[in-house]
Amino acid sequence: MNSIILRTATRFMLPLLIIFSIIVLLRGHNQPGGGFVGGLLATSAFMLYAMAFGVPAVYRILRLPLTTYIAVGLGMALVSGLPGLIEGSPFLYGQWVGFTVTGFGELKIGTPLLFDIGVYLTVLSVCLLILLTLAEDS
Amino acid sequence: MIVGTLAAIFLLALLAPTLHRAMGRATGYVLAIAPLVGFVYYLTQMTGVGAGGATIVQWAWADSLGVRFSFRVDALSTLFALLVTGVGTGIVLYANSYLDGHPKRGRFFGYLMGFMGAMLGLVLADDLILLFIFWELTSITSYLLIGFDHEREKARKSALQALVITGLGGLAMLAGMVLLGQIAGTYSVSEIVANPSTLAASPLTLGAMILILAGAFTKSAQFPFHFWLPNAMEAPSPVSAYLHSSTMVKAGVYLVARMNPAFADDPAWQWTLAGFGGATMLLGSYLATRQTYYKKVLAYTTVGSLGVMVMLIGLGAPQAAAAYILAHALFKGALFLVAGIVDHEAGEKDTERMGGLFGTMPVTAIIALVSGLSMAGVPPLLGFVGKELLLKGSLHAHGGPQEALWLWAAIATISGAFMGVAGLQAGFRPFFMARTVEGEFPKHPHEAPPPMLIGPIVLTALTIVGGLVPALFAVPLINGTAASIAGTHEPELAKLSAIYLATHPNMALLLSGVALTVGVALFLARGPWRRITAPLDRFASLAGCERLYNVLFNGVVGPNSLATFQTRLLQNGYLRVYVQVTVLTTILLAGGLLFWQGGVVESFRGAIPAKANVAWTELLFEALLVGMICVAAVAATQMRGRLSTIAVLGVVGYSSAVIFVLFGAPDVAMTQFAVETLTVIIFVFVVYHLPRFAVYSSKPAKFADAAIGIAFGLLMASFVVSSFATTADDGISWFYNQAALPDVPGQHAAYGRNLVNVILVDFRALDTLGEIAVLGLAAVGVYTLLRLRQDSPAQGGLA
Repeated sequence: MNSIILRTATRFMLPLLIIFSIIVLLRGHNQPGGGFVGGLLATSAFMLYAMAFGVPAVYRILRLPLTTYIAVGLGMALVSGLPGLIEGSPFLYGQWVGFTVTGFGELKIGTPLLFDIGVYLTVLSVCLLILLTLAEDS
Repeated sequence: MIVGTLAAIFLLALLAPTLHRAMGRATGYVLAIAPLVGFVYYLTQMTGVGAGGATIVQWAWADSLGVRFSFRVDALSTLFALLVTGVGTGIVLYANSYLDGHPKRGRFFGYLMGFMGAMLGLVLADDLILLFIFWELTSITSYLLIGFDHEREKARKSALQALVITGLGGLAMLAGMVLLGQIAGTYSVSEIVANPSTLAASPLTLGAMILILAGAFTKSAQFPFHFWLPNAMEAPSPVSAYLHSSTMVKAGVYLVARMNPAFADDPAWQWTLAGFGGATMLLGSYLATRQTYYKKVLAYTTVGSLGVMVMLIGLGAPQAAAAYILAHALFKGALFLVAGIVDHEAGEKDTERMGGLFGTMPVTAIIALVSGLSMAGVPPLLGFVGKELLLKGSLHAHGGPQEALWLWAAIATISGAFMGVAGLQAGFRPFFMARTVEGEFPKHPHEAPPPMLIGPIVLTALTIVGGLVPALFAVPLINGTAASIAGTHEPELAKLSAIYLATHPNMALLLSGVALTVGVALFLARGPWRRITAPLDRFASLAGCERLYNVLFNGVVGPNSLATFQTRLLQNGYLRVYVQVTVLTTILLAGGLLFWQGGVVESFRGAIPAKANVAWTELLFEALLVGMICVAAVAATQMRGRLSTIAVLGVVGYSSAVIFVLFGAPDVAMTQFAVETLTVIIFVFVVYHLPRFAVYSSKPAKFADAAIGIAFGLLMASFVVSSFATTADDGISWFYNQAALPDVPGQHAAYGRNLVNVILVDFRALDTLGEIAVLGLAAVGVYTLLRLRQDSPAQGGLA
């Protein structure tokens, strides 16, 4: 689609949408959201970019092949299960570390977060791979 | 040490392709270290186990099922472990030269080492289930190795045939093993064979025995499953030497030998083994005399020899069986390697087209002669000892059928003569007789490089030493193994020296002499013999088991078969038919179950008043949404273009999402919105590729579709109201709430307030992991299909 309005808007929208999808991903543990929805939102953002600038442009900003992203996502989810094993608990048993951040309160980070990021990456790259391959045909 | 070498071999199997890329020609030398270390280790164990000792190492594995990760080293497993590692070392070195320059040598080594590990595990495993796993691994690696030359159709077909037959047998065997485990109350092999009385008391034992024998007979190519083995000669020669003569095909014999103490007193066991073994022995050795292709001669004699071993176990002659296993592995392994050398260095496969090769490849010729004579049973070679004990065993069977001993001795003598023919055909004809064919060999014949000769030289040397100086290794191995097979702890002591046996005349020696003389005579008259027996071939092919296999195989998966029929019916390439089949099956099965359980109508009645007393504003919202969904759904069926249909379906999706918002499920609503948006995008891209609607459904088709649609809608509605009607135990919800954010601080918790997300990424994370793995695979599948279509527009049917 050759529209200046769409292109200009997309240039600003893409980073905003990606940040939004990451917020949805991160807040998912306590409020509506999570890796799956976040991944779908990010996919929509990239599809918007593909409509404005064409499919090759998306591949350019992604730098790596999408199959690599799928592998990384699955790998993160898999690896997040290992700390539990090391500790002697079952595979994928959540492990947590707490920090105290000044002026913010206590922050807890755990393997489920890594797992959710893996889900986010996998969903994003799977959907993009299918959609972009279809779009390339057009 | 036991597990260490096993693990090292499996590790090298995984690393082999990478190693090969890095090291090239040196790979074989590095890979050979692991089996060599194992070989030396089992050599040091030889004297100990020969005296009746055994070592067991074990770990808990699946304790609740009674399955343990356990290995046992006794004489029987040491004999086989020595064969696997010793022959394996030679084969790896041999293959390194044999496949020099082959582009897939790295992959070949991967398969070969994988097989080696599986086979070693098989003979060491002391747990039935563990044994089964290694057993199936050998079948799979054998499939990959037979089909290594996968560009030839014959290789692929033979590989599949071997896999189907041994695989079917393996499944039967698994059932038999589970049955046996149930009867005995343990999967430990040593405990099962130590208590034959437990088995004898159970009426299920016969069934377990038959099922286990089905596995053993298919693997060890016993009649009527023998035909896969000669076909497996499509594999490269090192594979034939290793898998299809020295090790894998003996797995069935090993299993029979291993289980023998448990069943030995059962006449059914004795008669089955002796009968099938004897038939296989006679048939295999007879068919070998009819062959002229080097590897085929060897393949059929291997079938015959496997029959000998099974028969001897059935006849209660464990010492003879053990001696024959050892002798056969040595001479047959060497001969297969010779076959490979001749093919590799002279380019000829047919023994009758060879001749005079002694002049150009003297070392190979001597190896072939000694091994061929050992197969024919000439003193003082180890093969002679094997044959003497075979004849003695059949003359004086003490465990097995006593009624018709002359029969076993007679067929043993006849097949001994046939083996003599084959031995001379393989060891004498190509090297020491004049060439009768005009013209040059396809390649200029020359001696093989040293790495290819090491294995055969060592094997041949052992054939000679084993016969002359049995105390060195033959006595502890054979007598110890015989004790393992018989289930006793004190090895039977018998004279094993070839010289002693050859100088003390008795009935067995006489029969041996008769067999040898007839064998030599038949060899000299092999031309007329083959002409005379040619008419029998037609009979053999009419009654051929392979033909039956082909009929069954094609009946199931060939063209015009059951599989083709049901694929055409259910998966005919029309998406609408797929959807119809899926939906109809769901309606029939799930709906059937729901109505069979009853109470659906009552739950519909119960659902109505429960939702009636709500504020009218809320009711209005809901009514509006439901109305919108209904209108859009009906409209979707009336649209005449694809894009408009999709747009209307989008209305259904978004309205459903709003319903989720109303009912307090923001997570589901968010996801529904995102999915709906992306679905529309996908449809838009797909529609771009599709032609316009050309033909609209006919009236009857529309009614049928409507009926299916309404039935499915009713089913889903029934599910929803039924789930409201059942008061589920809310223990799970309570537990999730507690574990997500416990009331008691400091308790191990998931630290999340969004229960849906906590379930997805923590409580049921394994499910999610499986789901995203499926997603990844699906993406790769879709990607491949779309790419394939782009590259070859002619195959448009794939879209």
